[in-house]
Amino acid sequence: MRTTKSEPFFFLAPALIVILIVFGYPIYSLVVLSLQRTSNGKTLFAGFSNFQIVFQDDVFIQAIQHNLILLICVPIMVVVALFLAILLFERIAGWQFYRTTLFLPYLLPITVVGLVFSYIFQLSGVLNDILNALGLQFLALDWLGNTNLALPTMMFVIIWKELGFGVVLFLARLMSVEEELFDAAKIDGANWWQLQLNITLPQLSTVIEFFTVISIVTMLSWVFNYVYVMTGGGPGGATTVTELYIYLMAFQYNRLSLAAAVSVLLLLVVGVFIFLELYLRDRSSVMEGLG
Amino acid sequence: MKKRLTLRKVWTVFSRQFWVVGATLIVFFPIYFMLTSSFKTQAEYTVNKFGLPLKFYLDNFNTALAGDKFFLRFANSTILTVGAVGVSLIIACLAAFAFARMTFPGKRFLFNLILSLMVIPPVVMVVPLFISMVSWQLVNTYQGTILIYTGLLLPFSIYLMTNFFQTIPHEIIEAARMDGCSTLDVFWRIMLPLAAPAVITLVVVNALWVWNELLIALVFMQKDDLKTLMVGISALRSRNYVNIPATMAGLTIATIPIVIVYLIGQRYFIRGMISGAVK
Repeated sequence: MRTTKSEPFFFLAPALIVILIVFGYPIYSLVVLSLQRTSNGKTLFAGFSNFQIVFQDDVFIQAIQHNLILLICVPIMVVVALFLAILLFERIAGWQFYRTTLFLPYLLPITVVGLVFSYIFQLSGVLNDILNALGLQFLALDWLGNTNLALPTMMFVIIWKELGFGVVLFLARLMSVEEELFDAAKIDGANWWQLQLNITLPQLSTVIEFFTVISIVTMLSWVFNYVYVMTGGGPGGATTVTELYIYLMAFQYNRLSLAAAVSVLLLLVVGVFIFLELYLRDRSSVMEGLG
Repeated sequence: MKKRLTLRKVWTVFSRQFWVVGATLIVFFPIYFMLTSSFKTQAEYTVNKFGLPLKFYLDNFNTALAGDKFFLRFANSTILTVGAVGVSLIIACLAAFAFARMTFPGKRFLFNLILSLMVIPPVVMVVPLFISMVSWQLVNTYQGTILIYTGLLLPFSIYLMTNFFQTIPHEIIEAARMDGCSTLDVFWRIMLPLAAPAVITLVVVNALWVWNELLIALVFMQKDDLKTLMVGISALRSRNYVNIPATMAGLTIATIPIVIVYLIGQRYFIRGMISGAVK
């Protein structure tokens, strides 16, 4: 469309101003803050000493390790979501109903989900009641109170909540694949596994990549709510994650520069995935029309 | 031969349903547990956690509604949701119109840059934003928090609306231009009315996001009278630990609006949530 030279900027200005306030300036001041320290009320340049301090903190190292352990959820989610999406795509009876229900957890507030699960997994909770009634007393464990079990239990809850997104995503992509492709393979005598391996997977590859990248970013930097609501990082720091570390450093211990240093590190890690994601997106030519 | 084939068919159907039904039961169990527990007395809950309530005990809902300034929290969440969704919608549509239908230098770069902001976790911005908000005296205000939410919603909103505006044929716009419409007229009278389905999708998805958000609300709405529903709920575990049925009643009330909206506007939800990946 023909416009005057200044017109686009009139339309863009409000968005750019808000984005500068909420993203631009904070990221700039975050970097500045991470290189500073205060002593006796004076602000001094500290170089990378904040980063050194953080890396000597066992709690921080532990937090990173927990985030890395959470990454185990990603392949599980991809495989299970793929499996369920394929079943639904084969139009098993009631597939629309199943699609609705499997997506439901994704919409519920993590706060509510976390709280409900923390009561289910209590030592005297409903899960252990059921296990006891079934004669499986040896399995009735303190799911969130045991240092070895708390993180795996939390991983279950994360998968429970985030899986539906993958199912719906894969299913939507499958439904846009031309039916002839599947029919042709069937006529050629392909069995179920061959069909999935040679038709379904290649057709889904871009959404699988997308879902994988999004899930990795989630596990590294979007799990604060789960931890805050279910365990608060406990027991004994067994579920502390990077985000909680930032939150506690800033708002409980008032060590803003250390919190900023960790934020910068997290931003760098996420940045790598942002580039990866943009690269994949570019290749799948979602933005072709933009020119 | 014929019989064996049907047996095999039955087995195929059964084995497939088995997995999907299993997954559905796992999805439903926590929801079932929340609902049934909220109708039990505390005494009944301790002995019967799994079964249906013997009779529907409604006092839990009174306890939940009266306790912890429930209505105030509900109102705070509503104000933030309506404010942030409304403001971000207007700003995003303006920007998306420019991205979709105008040419200017650096367009693709700017669009990519805004897209990339979608993945940045809010926790990274919390510390510097908090310092800025303190100096601007915007902590513990609706305006300040709405501003932050608006910013966080913009990348996805601009992306979704740009994609949609691109599908509106050039001819319609050119025809309007011929008839003497200004650029703003085209935006206001042609693009926005045509974009109604996308706008509904965006509103639904964004509203849900703000309603469910915890971290920003926790940090920027600290005053007791300003706390949101989710912040109030997140405090329930430590405070109301003994009265689990009442807690469950509170959670049920907080969840029901979402489930109802979802069941009514299902296709908008799903379309919006996956629009980032499938076109």
